[in-house]
Amino acid sequence: MGYVAVRGGGLAIEESLKLLEYQRAHSGVTLEPDAIRRAFPDAIDQVMGESSLYAPDLAALALKQARGSIEEAVFLLRAFRSTLERPYVSRAVDTSEMRVDRRISAAFKDIPGGQVLGATRDYSHRLIDFDLAHETPEDQRECAAELERHFGIEEGALDEALLAADTPTEGSASEGRYPKVLDYLRSEGILPICDNDDAEPVDVTMGALEFPCARSARLQTLSRGMTQAVEAFGYAAIRGYGPSHPTVGELRHGMAEVCVDVPGEERCDAEDAYYLGSIPLTEVESVFEVETEEAGVTTLSFEIGYGLVMGGAETKAIAMSVLDHCLDLGDARYPTQDEEFVLYHVDGVEAQGFISHLKLPHYVTFQSKLDTVRTARSHESDAEGSGAAPSDAEAADVEAHAAESDGGASPDEASAAVDATVDEKER
Amino acid sequence: MEQMYNFAFFDEASKREIRRAIIKGIAIPGYQVPFASREMPIGRGWGTGGLQVTLAIIGADDVLKVIDQGCDESVNAVNIKKLVAATTDVEVTEETGEATIIQSRHRIPEQPLTEDQILVLQVPTPEPLRDFEPSEAKTRVLHAEADYTGAWLGLFDQIVKFGATTTGADHPCLVNERYVMAPSPIPRFDTLKLNDADNLTILGAGREKKIYAVPPHTHVEPLDFEDYPFRVESFEGRACRLCGATDVYLDEFVDEVTGSTVYQCNDTAWCAKRRAEKGGE
Repeated sequence: MGYVAVRGGGLAIEESLKLLEYQRAHSGVTLEPDAIRRAFPDAIDQVMGESSLYAPDLAALALKQARGSIEEAVFLLRAFRSTLERPYVSRAVDTSEMRVDRRISAAFKDIPGGQVLGATRDYSHRLIDFDLAHETPEDQRECAAELERHFGIEEGALDEALLAADTPTEGSASEGRYPKVLDYLRSEGILPICDNDDAEPVDVTMGALEFPCARSARLQTLSRGMTQAVEAFGYAAIRGYGPSHPTVGELRHGMAEVCVDVPGEERCDAEDAYYLGSIPLTEVESVFEVETEEAGVTTLSFEIGYGLVMGGAETKAIAMSVLDHCLDLGDARYPTQDEEFVLYHVDGVEAQGFISHLKLPHYVTFQSKLDTVRTARSHESDAEGSGAAPSDAEAADVEAHAAESDGGASPDEASAAVDATVDEKER
Repeated sequence: MEQMYNFAFFDEASKREIRRAIIKGIAIPGYQVPFASREMPIGRGWGTGGLQVTLAIIGADDVLKVIDQGCDESVNAVNIKKLVAATTDVEVTEETGEATIIQSRHRIPEQPLTEDQILVLQVPTPEPLRDFEPSEAKTRVLHAEADYTGAWLGLFDQIVKFGATTTGADHPCLVNERYVMAPSPIPRFDTLKLNDADNLTILGAGREKKIYAVPPHTHVEPLDFEDYPFRVESFEGRACRLCGATDVYLDEFVDEVTGSTVYQCNDTAWCAKRRAEKGGE
């Protein structure tokens, strides 16, 4: 009967951890976190995004410790995050000022500034590249050099731009900056112009979710949600559970500057703000066609769903924009429009924790259930034994009727029989 | 990279925020206070609510006992104890009487607790009305209006179907004649210990981000009907095979040699103490 009753749980844990460590060490390969960071940038993005902590080196280390489990690496980074003091809050990040390396619109072919396909797997064939199996570091360098010549990039420059990207380079002020597609739609009068909401955003890591939820809390929860959960709910929404089919107005990826106000000043001039660094973001603005009523007449108009995630998690960002719009609609018939259903269940660390807790011993509660089930069953068998079953007030009823029609026992006697079975139950 | 953590893991601001929620919980017995549940180095659902309460209230002079399913040596209890000890250096104990803070999952110790002790219970599902109403926004309104129809109907339904209430552990209680509370999955056997207790009980639900409390000498009454009174698990005619105790919660085992069913104290510290006392006689 298991490991709780037996003393020595502490020893068992120690040995289990040693075994785990042995499995890791036994592999015979050790990777520098820096190698993990460079080789698996998409995994790093996912870990940082779901942890809501921009810390590429720590994410790489967490992935190493977690032996490649994203779920576990997120867990490690989230736990670390909750020990950090928060001395500053950044100024609002302006994504229209983002240095964009990819931006597409599914709504318009010609958008101001043009489509920038950038690096994407979207149009690749998902064929395993067997050549990579035997790629040597030298092969890789040659490949990189060749492509640098092709793109006319100075050697290593792209690498620096992508990995370091923490100092704004001189002369790049306008480079990579593009107008927003939706601003164009607004100027055309197709989309309503909405005012900036500069209310202090809710931080869901500093308080429990409250419903109905502030939009900032909703967006934050989705943005740090488990990637696959956000995608699954988003998919359900566009497939039929909460009809909501978007057109991607704009998807952009790039580096956005993060600045803080001068410490001690309430809100300083943008010029005086301290530049902390840039973080990679993917932003999606989706457009949805909706029916609205204006002065009693049903008409069509557009609404917007918004997605913003750390790194290059494009599918997640689109799914987030879908769910953002779904939750605006809030039709309780659809689970994807029920904010408690969506927001409570997209969190990876909570889902992982609660599901895996089922592995803990539950035998006090199970003993209690056992007692309950045994009691209920003994009620049933008692009832069967005595003929007139309690489940079977009806049966007694039938008997009573039978007695009546027989002209035998009076109804009073019949109800006395029912009382007797109840008494028996209590025994 | 070696990371140095603050005393009791959290930064001081986090601990203060949790303590505020605790104080509010004590002031409104049985009321679920939402709080900013932190992410912990152990899993959500593995006792993070209790752990956050413990870390927020623990001081250097405290003596900690952690039990899981009645056992100090249970894997999860050891794990939690290890984390608290590693970040606080407090003394740990298995003896119920020596502890100032007892964190527990699914049990209240057999030895009655005193006014100098705090019991911290880990809670998986703090909302007693959740089966009846899945929406948090709605259950909050039901609590505010003291509309507990759902809780009563649940019990009534069980009686109609099975001839008795079938709640198992976590039987809903009315606290201070106001809030219906989930006492955490303690067996019904332990539920009555909450009533008019000398000690303070704090309940923490990490994943659900709620803290609530039963202050000392608070009226706690399991929901029941006059004709179907609350019933605790029955161990009639059974005794612990090790210490002979009869009035305690027992674990059921199958003796692998004889194939017969045997019983043993679930509270291992209580059993050990009884045996030590007997041995000393």
